[in-house]
Amino acid sequence: MLTKRIIPCLDIKDGRTVKGINFENIRDAGDPIELGALYAEQGADELVFLDITATNERRKTLSELVTRIARHVNIPFTVGGGISSVEDVNVLLQSGADKISVNTSAFKDPGLVDKLAREFGSQCIVLAIDTRFEEGDWYVYLNGGRVKTPVKAFDWAKEAVDRGAGEILLTSMNNDGTKQGFALDITAQLSQHLNVPVIASGGAGNMAHFVDVFENAQADAALAASIFHYKEIEIPALKTFLYEKGVNVRF
Amino acid sequence: MKTAIIKYNAGNIRSVQFALERLGVNGTVTDNHEEIMSADKVIFPGVGEASTAMQYLKERKLDQVIAGLQQPVLGICLGMQLLCKHSEENDTECIGVFDTAVKRFQSPVENLLKIPQIGWNNITGLHSVMFEHVPENAYMYFVHSYYAALGADTVAITNYVINYSAALQKDNFYAVQFHPEKSAEAGARIIENFLNL
Repeated sequence: MLTKRIIPCLDIKDGRTVKGINFENIRDAGDPIELGALYAEQGADELVFLDITATNERRKTLSELVTRIARHVNIPFTVGGGISSVEDVNVLLQSGADKISVNTSAFKDPGLVDKLAREFGSQCIVLAIDTRFEEGDWYVYLNGGRVKTPVKAFDWAKEAVDRGAGEILLTSMNNDGTKQGFALDITAQLSQHLNVPVIASGGAGNMAHFVDVFENAQADAALAASIFHYKEIEIPALKTFLYEKGVNVRF
Repeated sequence: MKTAIIKYNAGNIRSVQFALERLGVNGTVTDNHEEIMSADKVIFPGVGEASTAMQYLKERKLDQVIAGLQQPVLGICLGMQLLCKHSEENDTECIGVFDTAVKRFQSPVENLLKIPQIGWNNITGLHSVMFEHVPENAYMYFVHSYYAALGADTVAITNYVINYSAALQKDNFYAVQFHPEKSAEAGARIIENFLNL
């Protein structure tokens, strides 16, 4: 039986792992390769590396980092952050990434999703959505949560899947950094109505939150960062807890 | 020992090379007929679309080279599907080492089954030297929308609404639907077993 996935997320800036609390106040949480290999050893099912560096040197540094990760990590990993063209994706996949994630660039040019899916296959195209609940619905935010759009997260997710996105990585900005649990309603809505896997992100604070998002929101995977980086939750203990609660996980 | 990794228009080849590296083996990525035919072991990896991949292989006569190999060959993911007889993916005639049909997953009820299958699933009914020291029900990483049906060459089974071939074996041809190169220690064990054949 296909298992639910636990995915640590490593935000990368200038080659180091950082994590923004509520997308701000970044703290250094270590070397990405070391941390990635450690998570793989502990039983993480996948890794996500989000590059938040914004310099011209970025692309070259990132592809070199991706190659180093691919050499050392024996589980699948996704690379995202500032990817805006077929060529960007080609470089990253050639460097050893298994999947890439697109966010703002895909929203601004939805045709990019079609192009990427056609060129590389849906299985390696993850659509990342940052969303905030306000005025009665969940809206898409761009540029790392700084720019609001009038588009509903569900509508954009559905369009992107129709265009060829193979997975949705959904981050609730309301929940991110709060440690109060994942956004169950929007995660469930996407998971129930789209026929691609949904990765829930934002809000994990304890192990029961993971059970909630898998059992009550039908998430296919759950992503978290700081609670893993600062060892508030260790992956082996989390897997054991999920198993005992009847969630199908890999050991 | 010389290990050739067949180079063609499919993704994920680098990952296979890195997985070999982690086992201390240097794999040569090549589409050169001589180099492939003279290798001790041949790996036929791939993520991609069947018809474009077959067309590419045919244009370079790599389909014939692969079919004629006598040394141990390991097909991975799309590589395994291309070693089958026919794929529903754009109605593609494949290499035909395995007399097996490749079909698309069908959801019995709309949206019940997510396609592609992405993630870790267990393999059962293991009976191949590939799986020495790999426990029954070991988890492997899968990413695919098409699957090889069960048949005489099935040596491992996975369930995703239906039972299908997680691995095939016939004579010197070995094939796995999952990605051993991305399946942590259990996957590395399978690659090691293959290299030790």
